[in-house]
Amino acid sequence: MSGFSRLQRDVQPGLIDPGYKSTSLRGPKSPLIRIPHRLGETGGPRFGAGWVGAQDADLTRNGRCNGEPLGERIIVTGRVLDEYGRPVRDRMVEVWQANAAGRYVHKSDQHDAPLDPNFRGSGRCVTDGEGRYRFLTIKPGAYPWRNHPNAWRPNHIHFSLFGQGFASRLVTQMYFPGDPLLQLDPIHNSVPVDARELLIARFDIEATEPEWALAYQFDIVLRGPDATPMEA
Amino acid sequence: MSNRLRQTPSQTLGPFFAYGLTARQYGYDFDQLADGRIARDDTPGLRVRVAGQIFDGAGSPIEDAMVEVWQADADGHYPDAAAFDDHNAFHGFGRCGTGADPACRFVFDTIKPGGHDGQAPHLNVILTMRGLLLHLFTRIYFADEAAANEADPVLALVPQARRDTLIARLVEPGLYRFDIRMQGDDETVFFDV
Repeated sequence: MSGFSRLQRDVQPGLIDPGYKSTSLRGPKSPLIRIPHRLGETGGPRFGAGWVGAQDADLTRNGRCNGEPLGERIIVTGRVLDEYGRPVRDRMVEVWQANAAGRYVHKSDQHDAPLDPNFRGSGRCVTDGEGRYRFLTIKPGAYPWRNHPNAWRPNHIHFSLFGQGFASRLVTQMYFPGDPLLQLDPIHNSVPVDARELLIARFDIEATEPEWALAYQFDIVLRGPDATPMEA
Repeated sequence: MSNRLRQTPSQTLGPFFAYGLTARQYGYDFDQLADGRIARDDTPGLRVRVAGQIFDGAGSPIEDAMVEVWQADADGHYPDAAAFDDHNAFHGFGRCGTGADPACRFVFDTIKPGGHDGQAPHLNVILTMRGLLLHLFTRIYFADEAAANEADPVLALVPQARRDTLIARLVEPGLYRFDIRMQGDDETVFFDV
């Protein structure tokens, strides 16, 4: 049995980042201890197609109370691949985000912007045979946070994926092209400069639905089963 | 190596994940894939509760972390894909946020896993939270498995002085305590998986 590819440290953020204040008391300081991959690492939860409801991937519908959510309707789609280019099939993708006004449904979000009674902002879907996922949602708004004076998060959608095993888990955020807040955002900037573009979706005129919604393409690359024999 | 795709970089979970990932636990109107109850009523094995707090570098309990567990069954077998076709099967997977408990605890009700592949019984853990740009891996071993722990090949990679950070304390029969410390002299061991 082979192990999984390892984390590409040249694209990943560090655990303590001077720009992102919360890391200073939460990022561990001792070196991580490298362990070989066994079933506990290469296996993992297999939530597939049977685990999504009919409206789970349509955030414009799955939180409705008495009407349609406000804001710009968008399609967010892409493929989930491993780093060898193989599609990651029948695997869970979970998303959550702020509403069009930049407000989260979460009870502890105190930003003075309106909640939308018809938008919750969370959903899930499962990748198809080509690793493709697709959500319909509302473009999230920017919102302030207290990291530094006049700090604002760029528009973003949170993603959570398992991929093929526990070792391929990924929690990340998708950003939008052309957002002027990106270059000011310590969380986005925690990623090495050459890799930051990997988190920015591509506007995709081909995937838009005329008279209905613009589309963004966000491909995701996960760690996967290595082609070489398991490391000792 | 050069023809490999670049991995998608990790970003923090942020503070507001609950209505997406742990909605039912926090009282939001959305279901969730898994919660702190890993064992079903009919799952064979010794019932155990594993609970603890997560402390930041200043010693404060962390109220916006999410802990995930992946474990073998009582015989040491990990659930396969077929197990997930049945919503009521044992999936060996649990997920618990720390913000729904007044003391910021995570709580898992499960069965003690069997040893596997020469390893002592343990829970594989993924930890993520606001302020972590990359999720962390750790393991929960059991204090009353001293002989198996002594022979465990992963614990053997950990300096002796730090091994105790990976071992849940038996508080009373069926109840284990496992606290996680992000920093400090007794910082929990995290793995490069």
